[in-house]
Amino acid sequence: MPDTPTPESLLPLPVATFHILLAVADADRHGYAIIQEVAARTNGEVTLSAGTLYRSIQRMVELDLLEETDDRPAADEDDERRRYYRITAFGREVARAEVERLQALVKLARSFGLAARKG
Amino acid sequence: MRAWRLLLHLYPAALRETHGDELEALFARDLSRAHGLARVVVVLRAIGDTIVNASRAHLEMTALDLRDVWRGLRRGPGYAASVVLVSALGVAAATASFSLADHVLVRPLPFAAPDRLVKLWQDQSSRGYSRMELSPGNYVDWQRGARSFTSMAAFTTRSVNALTGAGPVRFTATRVTPSLFETLGVGAATGRAFMAADERTNTMPGVVLSDHVWRSVFGGRSDVLGTTVTLDGTTHAVVGVMPAWFEFPTREVDVWLPLTFAPADLEDRADTYLQAIARLAPGVTIAQARADLAGVAAGLARAYAANDRTGATVIELRDEVTRQSRAMLQALVGASAAVLLIACANLASLLLARGVARQRELAIRLAMGARPRRLARQVITESLALSGLGGAVGAVLAVAVMPIAAALVPTTLPIAEAPAADLRVLAVAAIATLVTGLGFGLVPAWRVARMSADGGWQQGTRVFGGRSTERLRGLFVSGEVAVAVVLLVTVGLFLQALWQVRDIDPGFEAGGVLTARTTLPLPKYERVAAREQFYRRVLDDVRALPGVEHAAYTSFLPMVMRGGIWPVLLPGTTVPEDARTASVRFVTPDYFAAMGIPLLRGRAVADTDRQDTAYVAVVSRSFAELYWPGEDPIGRAFTTALQARTVVGVVGDVRVRGLERESEPQIYLPSTQVPDGGLAFYVPKDLVVKTSGAPATLVASVRASVQRADPEQPVSDVRLLTDVVERETASRATQVAALVAFAAVAVLLTLVGVHSLLAYVVAARTQEIGVRMALGASRLGVLALVWTRAVRLTVIGSVAGLVLAYAASRSVQALLAGVSAADGTTYGMAAAGALAIGITGSLVPAWRASRVDPVAAMRHE
Repeated sequence: MPDTPTPESLLPLPVATFHILLAVADADRHGYAIIQEVAARTNGEVTLSAGTLYRSIQRMVELDLLEETDDRPAADEDDERRRYYRITAFGREVARAEVERLQALVKLARSFGLAARKG
Repeated sequence: MRAWRLLLHLYPAALRETHGDELEALFARDLSRAHGLARVVVVLRAIGDTIVNASRAHLEMTALDLRDVWRGLRRGPGYAASVVLVSALGVAAATASFSLADHVLVRPLPFAAPDRLVKLWQDQSSRGYSRMELSPGNYVDWQRGARSFTSMAAFTTRSVNALTGAGPVRFTATRVTPSLFETLGVGAATGRAFMAADERTNTMPGVVLSDHVWRSVFGGRSDVLGTTVTLDGTTHAVVGVMPAWFEFPTREVDVWLPLTFAPADLEDRADTYLQAIARLAPGVTIAQARADLAGVAAGLARAYAANDRTGATVIELRDEVTRQSRAMLQALVGASAAVLLIACANLASLLLARGVARQRELAIRLAMGARPRRLARQVITESLALSGLGGAVGAVLAVAVMPIAAALVPTTLPIAEAPAADLRVLAVAAIATLVTGLGFGLVPAWRVARMSADGGWQQGTRVFGGRSTERLRGLFVSGEVAVAVVLLVTVGLFLQALWQVRDIDPGFEAGGVLTARTTLPLPKYERVAAREQFYRRVLDDVRALPGVEHAAYTSFLPMVMRGGIWPVLLPGTTVPEDARTASVRFVTPDYFAAMGIPLLRGRAVADTDRQDTAYVAVVSRSFAELYWPGEDPIGRAFTTALQARTVVGVVGDVRVRGLERESEPQIYLPSTQVPDGGLAFYVPKDLVVKTSGAPATLVASVRASVQRADPEQPVSDVRLLTDVVERETASRATQVAALVAFAAVAVLLTLVGVHSLLAYVVAARTQEIGVRMALGASRLGVLALVWTRAVRLTVIGSVAGLVLAYAASRSVQALLAGVSAADGTTYGMAAAGALAIGITGSLVPAWRASRVDPVAAMRHE
């Protein structure tokens, strides 16, 4: 088995990867639902293309950030072609590490007067 | 939708298999929501999206795989090092020798339509020379009589003394008929080359400079045209400078001078010194040209006695490589192909073993849901990355050894000395790398891809089943041993040939002799008296130097000048006419002592032999035995070099034509006994100094002596006589060195092969060995088990190798200087060498096997 990398070694995360992690943070979702969720949360500013989505998912599964889940919704809502993805514990760690990185950046920017003071 | 499905093939297979349906569904959804022109936008956007993301997916996947490769190899660097080493050596050997062979044998000459250029020789096969230079008379008659050529040109090379602003220097000058440059289809870089039309005009002689002389002597001045240079006392105006790449007839040439013939030059048909080339007329084949020229030569053979049984040889200029050079290069290419073969077998064996070693890991990953294609891709990435790295190292290695390889480029071709390492060479390296990496990476990859996710564990173990892989690897290793044996035999034979040639007695003592050339310019030294005064001053001065025992002048040093042959006239002799030739040298007294040539009878050339005393000759033993077998030759008379001479002494024979060639009998004549202005070609110019000390320390003093005798006289070609003899075997020695290098690489690779196979066998059978030991097998028994296996591999390989080696050495018999291709000792040593490889390669695995702890081994798993 390949070794698992440290969360820091994956930073900075590609924008799409970060948004996908956020989209599955609270619920398992299938691909199209992830696209919709990301678009909704960013008011349509980030729209993932199908290629970007599945390329990212493929890589995230290999890096153990996501896993495919067999828990499926009720049959009337389900489509058998769909695959559902769940964030892994490592995925959460990586998302957290990325948030910390971004926070540190914002803090740095503030000290140079480039971002609004907190509160 | 079908087109869309096809487009999805741009993605890596693993991604397509997992997400293809969803990608398709999303595309269908977008398409169904759009109408009219918007549908076109959806389609175009999807195509762009696919192309961008598919390529990024490939890159990301490869990056992930490479990261895994890197991690895996950090855990087991031995495997990576073996693969890189093995492919680097294979690629380096193949690339270097390919470039060399391509440079010498394949690449066209740098002239216009080079395949239409031919070299012409007088064919005197009945006297043993199928490639003799032409006499001016024959050249002119061939040119006039032959119908097959658009143009013909002749040239001859000798050195001249040049007076430029920077003092006296020696130039290697090629005198060429003005038609030469047009025949080659080459023009000057600056100014002009000679033209056929120049033959008819009678202006001040011009000179064409080589690029390096223009740069080094004339400072690369743009106004060099029209500058005058004094060459051997005649003033020449610079008419042109040739391009830097132009090296004709050899790379040593400094300047080109016009060659024209006065009517008197055409009379002596025995005076053969011209080389000739010609360009075939359109539509004429080389066979037609041969027939045409043979007709012309037959006519001349009837007309002139000196042309008796003289035909014409026509060969492609490209083939002007001696048979020996060609065979030598072919032997090297063969050797490097052998190394590449061993490298590939080794690589295959390593990759197979790697596949077995990883079976457990791969089976677990399959069981955990990894896609077989994804794993296959990883396996290929690994073998490609490693062999690619090996290839890169190999290419660097090849470029690094290229300057050494230059020593193998024959000097007879008008091509650059060093084969440039160009893009094509790199392409060859790349292909060799890809083939090895892909070829042997594919087998394990294919096996992985065939595993199905369910039952992968079980099946995986079976697919990689140890025994069949072991057998296959055993075959590879035996093959490696076979090829290594071929190389060992070849090296053994060539080494013996080298020693044999080195052991040949040249007929003189080379040790402690310094030589230098002072070519005396004419007409300044046309008279014998003027020359004798120069020689006496130089020789007296040199003899006074500390340590100097003898000093003398001769026309030419043996092995440096191989020609200088005269017919011998001796009425009533029964010696066949073809054999009545001898190599003639004019020498000063003390020559035989200086050269260590033994005086067998009578006396040497002496100070008392003057221009006005009786003309005498000292002959070699073979000369005496040829003309007066069993009789005393002293006092006998014969005619050569235009005069009747009486034999006063007999000396030992010298290998004038070189260590490996038969030479004509030799005649030595006093330097004084020649008419003034006659036989300019034979005027003594090579100084020989025998010292009891180290000859190299004399160089400055000898130069000073010449300077005192004539301040305008340059000294050139200062060298030790031992170097002259050494040069005779230089190309052989280089070739043997190259072969030894190849053989060493082959032995090393084979060792790696034997070792890795046996190490693998021992590791895979630890349990079995444990059981045997538990059942009472001794450590010695276990050792024997491993060794039996090693010996079996090597014996099979050796037998095959010895048979192949015999076939291979038969094909290079011509290069073996009389050593038999079936030399038993060599074959025995090679077989012993193979056995040593087997035993050495098995040492560590055998030791490990004997250390197996039965209890621990059986508890394992």
